[in-house]
Amino acid sequence: MMALPDMVGAVGRATLIFVARIGAVALFAATGFSHIFRPPFYWRRFWAAFLEFAYFSLPVVSITALFSGMVIALQSWTGFSRYGATNAIANIVLVAVVRELAPVFAGLMVAGRVGAATAAEIGTMRVTDQIDALTTLSTDPLKYLVAPRLLAGLTALPLLVLVADIVGVAGGFFVATFKLGFNPHIYLVNSISFLESSDVIVSMVKASVFGFIVALMGCYCGYKSRGGAEGVGSATTTAVVSASILILAFDYVLTEAFFAR
Amino acid sequence: MTNPATETKLPKIKLTGVTKAFGDKVVLDGIDLEIASGTSLVIIGGSGSGKSVLIKCILGLIVPDSGSIEIDGTDITKLPRADAIKRRAGIGMLFQNGALFDSLPVWENVVFGLLAQNRITRAEGRAQAETILAQVGLAPSVGALMPAELSGGMQKRVGLARAIATKPDILLFDEPTTGLDPIMGAVIDGLIVDCVQKLGSTTIAITHDMASATRIGTTAAMIYRGKIVWNGAASALMNSGNAMVDQFTHGRRDGPIAMELRR
Repeated sequence: MMALPDMVGAVGRATLIFVARIGAVALFAATGFSHIFRPPFYWRRFWAAFLEFAYFSLPVVSITALFSGMVIALQSWTGFSRYGATNAIANIVLVAVVRELAPVFAGLMVAGRVGAATAAEIGTMRVTDQIDALTTLSTDPLKYLVAPRLLAGLTALPLLVLVADIVGVAGGFFVATFKLGFNPHIYLVNSISFLESSDVIVSMVKASVFGFIVALMGCYCGYKSRGGAEGVGSATTTAVVSASILILAFDYVLTEAFFAR
Repeated sequence: MTNPATETKLPKIKLTGVTKAFGDKVVLDGIDLEIASGTSLVIIGGSGSGKSVLIKCILGLIVPDSGSIEIDGTDITKLPRADAIKRRAGIGMLFQNGALFDSLPVWENVVFGLLAQNRITRAEGRAQAETILAQVGLAPSVGALMPAELSGGMQKRVGLARAIATKPDILLFDEPTTGLDPIMGAVIDGLIVDCVQKLGSTTIAITHDMASATRIGTTAAMIYRGKIVWNGAASALMNSGNAMVDQFTHGRRDGPIAMELRR
């Protein structure tokens, strides 16, 4: 059994490592972010990352949003019918999709798709000396590899989430009207009248933060990977897991900041 | 324009007391080395002896713990970041595995340094890449291929083309013939010698391949446990009179290197 001093020492070491890791990620994020505003700008790299985030993630995010909206409509009806409050279903679907489900699920899906691919690509570049080669060719790897992806994450995910918002609400609409027998016109009017501009703004802000997190963790884990194929695999897993946890944590923080009274 | 190193008789590259440790492991232990302008130095040594770390220190990828690395009389370890980047533009590097950017076509790999420094447009780059590819014996059509479509020998040639594209005054080669068959190794060595002669560059190559070392080197040094244990003419490598060098170059199991490893 571990003695108390050993245990305290182990906890202390683990805490120090954890704090050092947070510091390293924060420094990496700040440096990468600052490169967004300092020339030279690699617009081709930005557009490639933007397409990867927005265009190529559109099908998977849309499908996720569609089913999320459908499930929320169905579950709300199951619960609210007990209290005769089924009129609130349109409002619940709207709030749930726009404020929470669309940004969070889009963030998680993009973390699985783009975050993993980013970590794998940059990790492979690291272990095959391509990042060293960039440096020897007078190119800052943070400026060339990281800054365009951070900017793409910040700008592409809000657009993606805007589509997810519409598709998710549409999913709820289809279930409510075709399965639950709601009047389509009344459902739409209820939804639109309940929508506030702050809901959309919060959705966009969350999307932007989540996009940044996905890009950041993908780049950071890839950039710091070591030890060949195993190291790249490990970096990929860490990128997805850490981005997913951070998305959920920041979702709470942002919800608290915007909606807590 | 006169070369400042030649004008003042300074060595092109001068390392003084370069030391580097990773944790408890001392990889470079007070390296002193002078490389005259226009010479080709070959560094030999076993795996883990510190050759790659030494070359990365010269490139500025690793900062030594102590000592100085002077290029044309300027200590590059003390240069501000912007000046270090400028200085690095005058150094070409051929990596062991080529390190070609696998998301870019060959032509863009070749002129990446020129494009990064805004010295040419993309249209000019495409044409210039074809000229440089021809210098390393590759057809213009290779420019359109992706690195994954190339054989090992072709990747080395493209890596060499990228290294010489900016016409650097210093060229570094990390195991240029590793993984190639002997004929392709000789072809790469021949290309290296031709390119170096045309550019008049000062070169440092690290290698395990003795045939390659004698083909591309004018001088040679052996590094062992982070120290330079011998240096002399590359032509003397096979008959150096140094027990460590003899053991290494002739691939003998027994000798001072093996004895130390057994301790």
